[in-house]
Amino acid sequence: MNPFRRKHGSARWLAMVTWVYILWSLLPVLVAVRISFNSGKSRSSFQSPSFRWYWGDPVSSVWHDDNLHIAMFNTLQLAALCMLIATPLGVAMAIGLNRWRGKLSHAANGLMLVPIVTPEIVFGVALFLVFTQAYTGVPSGMTRQLIGHITFTMSFVVVIVRGRLVAIGDQYEEAARDLGASRLQAIRLVLLPLLAPAIFASVMVVFATSVDDFVISSFLSTGTSTDTVPIKIYSGARGGSTPALNALATVMLVFTLLAVAFAGLAMHRMSRRGGDADGTAGSLASLSV
Amino acid sequence: VTAALSPAPRVVRRRRRSPVIWTFFAMPGVGWLIAFFVLSVYAVMAVAFGTVDPILRTAVPEWNPLQWNFTAMGDVLDRVFGGDLGIVFQRTFWFVVASLAGCIVIGYPVAYYVARKAGKRRGLVLMLLVLPFWISYLMRMLAWTNLLQTDGMVNDVLQFLHLQSAPRNWLDGSASTVVWGLVYGYLPFFILPLYATLERIDGRLIEAGRDLGGSAMQTFLRVTLPLSVPGLMAASVITILPMFGDYYTNTYLTSGSPKTEMVGNQIENYLLGTSQPQTGAALVLVLMAFLFVLMAYYLVVTIRQQRLADR
Repeated sequence: MNPFRRKHGSARWLAMVTWVYILWSLLPVLVAVRISFNSGKSRSSFQSPSFRWYWGDPVSSVWHDDNLHIAMFNTLQLAALCMLIATPLGVAMAIGLNRWRGKLSHAANGLMLVPIVTPEIVFGVALFLVFTQAYTGVPSGMTRQLIGHITFTMSFVVVIVRGRLVAIGDQYEEAARDLGASRLQAIRLVLLPLLAPAIFASVMVVFATSVDDFVISSFLSTGTSTDTVPIKIYSGARGGSTPALNALATVMLVFTLLAVAFAGLAMHRMSRRGGDADGTAGSLASLSV
Repeated sequence: VTAALSPAPRVVRRRRRSPVIWTFFAMPGVGWLIAFFVLSVYAVMAVAFGTVDPILRTAVPEWNPLQWNFTAMGDVLDRVFGGDLGIVFQRTFWFVVASLAGCIVIGYPVAYYVARKAGKRRGLVLMLLVLPFWISYLMRMLAWTNLLQTDGMVNDVLQFLHLQSAPRNWLDGSASTVVWGLVYGYLPFFILPLYATLERIDGRLIEAGRDLGGSAMQTFLRVTLPLSVPGLMAASVITILPMFGDYYTNTYLTSGSPKTEMVGNQIENYLLGTSQPQTGAALVLVLMAFLFVLMAYYLVVTIRQQRLADR
């Protein structure tokens, strides 16, 4: 009887720690969202609700301040393009690495994993130097930022998709081949649909990573015209900034959550087993061993 | 048994020589990584071991390793071992150690609860734990700059609880703010890999521990904890590495106070602030050498797991 009571007590204690942690992790963000609706200039004390920092203020609201616009469009454009390029590259690489057996394939596999453990500052500096010293022909600004984001996020796609490939095995494709499909047909008609949940998960990860990225974007930015939202949030907090910063961050948060919810729904529909929270968490966890 | 299930020889043959098509599938990605990752890191070396233009003071990279010159690296190493940069390295190290300790103390119980005790609520809790991934890191830090100001909510709460008599400006360069910021920022990345490992532990092993007379605590210490060590290591490596390169959390939460400067600040400053790319590049190489063991650990473990999964 004693162990039972103990077990119950420990579960209760653990549940409390978990819920306190969850509150601690999310409440500050909710407070920041609330402050974006502040009618006053303060970013710490809330006066009354208004949309001043979204569109009310004729000068510094998100709607009227050109710099904030530009940052928002830059961020979304980068994330969208990064998604469109990094995902196919990564999916193809995952399929290739999963089947290609040869001496060089081990090296390629190791190479693919290194970016995941490389601190972002190393990435930022390395890309900054290679573009200023070697690839000087690549247009500065967004092109370089895009290349940086793709390089940084591609390996995430490979790891997520590879995990799913191992789980699927090759029997479905073999069945398709036995039924007369060519190798590429088997991939297109059988493998890719089976991979869909993993592809959606990686699209989500790529989008969120790109939108979130500060270091690489900032090392490769050439000024206001190529600033992204994280750069604006970073540089804005130092000076006397207004809740417009919070409003900008809130708008981006809504965009990201909508994108993630959309991809999550698609994933949920496509994966036969359902449980999309677990699926996403599994994909994210697979990024770290 | 294998002989009875006859397709075995075919499998063996296929393993030895795979169709060229798979190599082509991998090639665009491999080429991309060579062009933009390998060569970028090589550019760091070329700049660090290159020379400086005597008039313009700009970096002149040396692409030929036979011509490399190590004087700048020597200077940086002198400053790291016993000079001004040594202090920054030590501070970074202790910030990371303290933050990792915070992550373990908070993250382990949370991961353990979700993986083994949450029952019906697991889906919901897991969703809430994943939520911070989709919220921009800097927005989460922005939230704290709102709360930690002199008239912010943290002071209100502390005073309400009588833990503090007068409001305090938490953003003026206090080390504790930076450590809390790092813990807050990186905990989501710590919890998930740990959760994945704890979730995979066979429940029968824990039951066996209890059946053999172990108390809940003994069973945890002798069965669950040892079995979760790989996850703990993975979670630690995956949070330590970015923390070492972090320079925005501390800058952001202390308004750029030099009292909380980390290695990343120095690197950023040499490259973007004072335009001394050679020193910055050398510092990046020192940081990479310092983190090499951790990076190698991750690679070895991951590749070993992949082999097991492929088999």
